[in-house]
Amino acid sequence: MKSLIKTFSPQGDAMGPTLSDHPKEVPLAVHDLTVAYHRKPVLWDVDLDIPDGKLVGIVGPNGAGKSTLLKACLDLIPRTSGEVAIYGHPYKEQRHLVGYVPQRESVDWDFPVSALDVVAMGTYRKLGWFKRVGKQQKERALNALDQVGIAHLANRQISQLSGGQQQRVFLARALAQDAQLYFMDEPFAAVDAATEQAIVELLQTLNKQGKTCLVIHHDLATVARYFDWTVLLNMRVVAAGPTSDIFTPDNLEKTYGGQLNVLNQAVQALQEITK
Amino acid sequence: MSLSEVIQTLTLQNYNTRLVVLSTTALGIAAGLVGSFLLLRKRSLMGDALSHATLPGIALAFGILTSLGLDGKSLPALLTGATISGVAGVLLMLAIQRTTRLRDDVAMGLVLSVFFGLGISLLTSVQNLPGASAAGLESFIYGKSASMVKGDFLLIITVAMVIVVAAAILFKEFTLLCFDDAFAGSQGWPTLLLDILLLGLVTAVTVIGLQAVGLILIIAFLIIPPTAARFWTNRLSRMLLLSAVLGALSGWFGATLSALLPKLPAGAVIVLVAAALFITSMLFAPARGILPRHLRHRKLRQKVHRQHVLRAAYEILEADAKDEQSDAANFHVANHPLSIEAVLRKRTWSPEQLRRTLRAEKALGHLELLPDRKILLSEAGFGEAARVTRNHRLWEAYLVTHADVAPSHVDRDADMVEHVLEADLVRELERVLRTNQSWIPIPPSPHELSAKQ
Repeated sequence: MKSLIKTFSPQGDAMGPTLSDHPKEVPLAVHDLTVAYHRKPVLWDVDLDIPDGKLVGIVGPNGAGKSTLLKACLDLIPRTSGEVAIYGHPYKEQRHLVGYVPQRESVDWDFPVSALDVVAMGTYRKLGWFKRVGKQQKERALNALDQVGIAHLANRQISQLSGGQQQRVFLARALAQDAQLYFMDEPFAAVDAATEQAIVELLQTLNKQGKTCLVIHHDLATVARYFDWTVLLNMRVVAAGPTSDIFTPDNLEKTYGGQLNVLNQAVQALQEITK
Repeated sequence: MSLSEVIQTLTLQNYNTRLVVLSTTALGIAAGLVGSFLLLRKRSLMGDALSHATLPGIALAFGILTSLGLDGKSLPALLTGATISGVAGVLLMLAIQRTTRLRDDVAMGLVLSVFFGLGISLLTSVQNLPGASAAGLESFIYGKSASMVKGDFLLIITVAMVIVVAAAILFKEFTLLCFDDAFAGSQGWPTLLLDILLLGLVTAVTVIGLQAVGLILIIAFLIIPPTAARFWTNRLSRMLLLSAVLGALSGWFGATLSALLPKLPAGAVIVLVAAALFITSMLFAPARGILPRHLRHRKLRQKVHRQHVLRAAYEILEADAKDEQSDAANFHVANHPLSIEAVLRKRTWSPEQLRRTLRAEKALGHLELLPDRKILLSEAGFGEAARVTRNHRLWEAYLVTHADVAPSHVDRDADMVEHVLEADLVRELERVLRTNQSWIPIPPSPHELSAKQ
């Protein structure tokens, strides 16, 4: 509905509304984002404004396009259409403000590096081409490891870490990026209880420092406890807003239930045409 | 071949041998470095497709030069042709991957076989050109180092040095690319450019390796040294260094051996030497080799058996003490001889296994073997038995109270873990379980102790 209203709003130009219709200077504004893999849409006309200083949970069923949304915002995959602004500017001008925690399974944990080596990668962008990791970068990495409670494992080879510890290494690497806005892809997936607690505390610390965290989350039972803002996603944004307002059975039914038939049919019809 | 000739070859006194050996050594260093990154990027086979894709370029370069009336066998010209068609092959492969839904291995297989087939056909055609003396062009397929001249040598050494310097300069960038390209991309590193640079270095290694090793076997030079090096270390910088060293050794010994046995092409001998180094690493490397790992496992298994015997003995002594002393809550476990039969009944172990374990414990001074099939724990053995039993019970109690395992199932789960409990973990267990003070000296067993029937 939101986008419909905007289409007819006086601010929109002849081609429809643009990114400039979104509030300025929010950490993340997504406008009319559509992403397709092999002609199959994964995200459909996503509009989002993430307010400053919030812990935001992104929730939705498997294949809802949650990871795709993060990757499209980070310019890691091409957008079919739409625009993304980080604090009012394109991502490529704002990289220094963003920290990224990819899914843990996305890398080979038998890679011959230590925990400290991985965390130090968070400092590479600032370090720039060709320069080696020095004392300053190592200190920052160690500090980040300390923040997630595993400084004592700094020199351990990453394959000798438990799943939870590996997840903490990834979080520490994002901390070493020293960002304002964090994108976290399923940091709670398959971690032990102690790590889950450590991550929750870390999120709260970041929140107190005024940072914004976008966290893809699977466990519906903890959404209301962990996040003060929630995005319900299933190819499109079903609902987005304060968790207490939008995390309702009705909205969840819309996100997870079989009520997306119309959209699915439209997608299939589109696939038939483009084949 | 006389002995003096052999010595001459080994000490590189022969001019031609010196050129060849130094070239293949430099090639080994370059291939070891670049191959490491290729391996970690999980693109090793792309190197194979690339090397096969060089053949049409070689044939075409020869054909063009010959028809222009120039020397068709000028090495720089042939290698330029090889580079161009190798790069074309890789680009085609990337294009197939990006625009179709074919899997990577299919794209590689297509490019590899089609380019190689094309190369063979072209090679046959250009040999029939008027004025062509193409004999020796096939040497690029299997490698033939004996024909090397000083110019070739200088070319190989120079390119190898450039490769080494480039790999060293881009160490950080390549590491990031190979470990986590998505994160690299999110930080703004041009991952496509880095991939192209890496493949560029692979192309350079392949092209300078064509003459000495040949295009079929150059892939071995890119894969084997890094894979062997990985067995020795978990640190990337050491792996790179070691891979370069192993590559150099393969190149050196391979070329020397092939000079001693002139009928064998250098490429084949180099690959065999590299394979020998690989097998040695796979079997014996302390960090990840098969044999050391097996020994570590065996040591742990033996330790587990020994601790089981000690705990069985302690639990028998404990049961005896309970029977003899009236105060069931506050009894004192005393050491006295016990029969091997009683120990045997405690677990499902074979008499032979138990006998071996008892002998091992005796060697450690933990017990004495008495006549009448009895054993007596020594003072050290008794203390160790108490410690082992305590660890077992602490772990069991932890599982029951904090991991929701039913007491009847706890024994078997505790059995494996208790043997690897380190001192700080034991302290942590004590801390967690401190709420129940009576457990601390030796917590009582949470389940009925029974002799195995």
